[in-house]
Amino acid sequence: MLFTSYEFIGFILVLFALYYLIPTRHQWKLLLLFSYIFYFLANPAYLFFIAATTAVVYTAAFFIAKINLQQKEYLHENKDILSSDEKRDFRAGVKKKKQKWLFFALFISLGILAVTKYTNFTIVNINAILRTSGNENQLALLGIIIPLGISFYTFQAVSYLLDVYRGTVEAERNPFRFALFVSFFPQLIQGPISRFADLSKTLFAPQVFDWHKVSFGLQRILWGFFKKLVIADRILVIFNVLIADSEKYSGAYVLVTMLLYAALLYADFTGGIDITIGIAQTLGIKVAENFHRPYFSKSVKEYWRRWHMSMGTWFADYLFYPLTASKPFLRLSKWSRKRLGRRVGKRVPIYLATFIVWFTTGLWHGASWNFIVWGLANWFVIIVSQEFEPFYEYFHRHWKIKEQVLFKVFQVVRTVLIMSLIRSFDFYRDVPLTFRMWGTMFTEGNWRVISDGSLLEMGLDGADFVVLLIAIIIVTLASLRQRKAPLREQIAALPYWFRFGIWYGLFLIVLIFGAYGVGYDAAQFIYNQF
Amino acid sequence: MNELLEILNELHEDVDFTTSGALFDGGIIDSFDVVTIIAEVHERFGVTISAEYITPANFNSAQALWHLIEKLLAEE
Repeated sequence: MLFTSYEFIGFILVLFALYYLIPTRHQWKLLLLFSYIFYFLANPAYLFFIAATTAVVYTAAFFIAKINLQQKEYLHENKDILSSDEKRDFRAGVKKKKQKWLFFALFISLGILAVTKYTNFTIVNINAILRTSGNENQLALLGIIIPLGISFYTFQAVSYLLDVYRGTVEAERNPFRFALFVSFFPQLIQGPISRFADLSKTLFAPQVFDWHKVSFGLQRILWGFFKKLVIADRILVIFNVLIADSEKYSGAYVLVTMLLYAALLYADFTGGIDITIGIAQTLGIKVAENFHRPYFSKSVKEYWRRWHMSMGTWFADYLFYPLTASKPFLRLSKWSRKRLGRRVGKRVPIYLATFIVWFTTGLWHGASWNFIVWGLANWFVIIVSQEFEPFYEYFHRHWKIKEQVLFKVFQVVRTVLIMSLIRSFDFYRDVPLTFRMWGTMFTEGNWRVISDGSLLEMGLDGADFVVLLIAIIIVTLASLRQRKAPLREQIAALPYWFRFGIWYGLFLIVLIFGAYGVGYDAAQFIYNQF
Repeated sequence: MNELLEILNELHEDVDFTTSGALFDGGIIDSFDVVTIIAEVHERFGVTISAEYITPANFNSAQALWHLIEKLLAEE
């Protein structure tokens, strides 16, 4: 059920009416029911997978929390009797017990993710190796279904498990409440990957109808619909043509495709998250933000702190830091600093850990080499810019342009172009093809196609391009305004007729200029496939 | 504490770590710096700052980081 479908709007309206009619203590149960209905309607078989992950993680976290509590009580009761060595030995023993539950739950939950998402990718690679080695035998691909949003809900469940293991979060005793945390439908299929400590504050709390929250939520949904229907789905028409016959659309078209995809992905993903956060807000629930005006980033590293933030912090908290604080990495760090000197040696564990993180990030996005190369391309750019730091510092010491607006604009444009280039691995879905297409930008010399009307023969006419341009300008201006304060707060402070005009106008724009009808298909959100 | 300040000053010579209170939140140190700090602390103090302790609160000031090291030393 697409967020932008009539069925979904009906689904939300029924939920909304019931949610504020029933006693508040039952609201979270209603959300659980609707979340499972939402998932059931996508495919009944999906329920088995999400229920299995929920049950295993809940059980493991329950026992880990019990062990945590026993440890705390034992150490407290015996604090004057036990020696330091005895305390340390006791903690080590407890840690082993906890690890058994942790590894069991990680094995099952990540195992389900690995088997459903990566089995066929593994088979394809084995077949390629067999072919290369002259072996005629080929393994058949398996007809495995990939449950919708499995990468998102598995990561969310694992974050809870690890937080309980670390003792930073209290375990949820009620299995159904935990099931709601894993399956909360607005964020189930494209995130954000919420943390239990954040989401649980409002997810299970009784909610009384609050017009401020409801109206702000509706405004956020409308903004999401604007981005998705007016920008993303309109761009998709021409983008699909450019991608369907990529060899034909080479040279200047590659740059056009990259820039269109930059706008498409932004409007699609942030629009989807706007709808998610907006729906949650109408229900009184606070879902964490996932973007912080990413296209105003001045470097790729900064971009990744501002784009899909819940994924970035997940990888930092649950992969990057645990890796770099692990015994093998600490040993590697010591060894490399001894052998290569402090300055160079300290880089070795950092670069290796970031390599692993970006490889995994690529794999998380999709079971194919183009995503892995996409991830490693990000890694490469970040590492290279890290190595250039001394040069940048030298440059800025001699030329005082760092704070000049023009230089900042240059940095922002540079980041957008670099990210657009890297993303071509994502949309061409073929690594050698991507490199070939990059090459054609320098060899074809067909730049006239940008202005000779060729782009008007791909499903969008001049009026569509004007709508797109105006819509993108509106989003850009809105982003700029957000630097001072949240935009809805600013609009809410305006006189009644003015703010009414803004929201009603936006509503009409979505109705009139949304990409529906002949020539358009309601399109799935891009991040649903991850 | 002085040894910790030495580690931090090696990372960023131009920062006054005795007064700065938003090292992590303010972007003065980043995740790469955190990794170096973990490695240096492990080598010089013999304690491991495991992932659950890597929070902005623990890395926002030299004082907070020192408290963490003391706590971990006491648990050793």
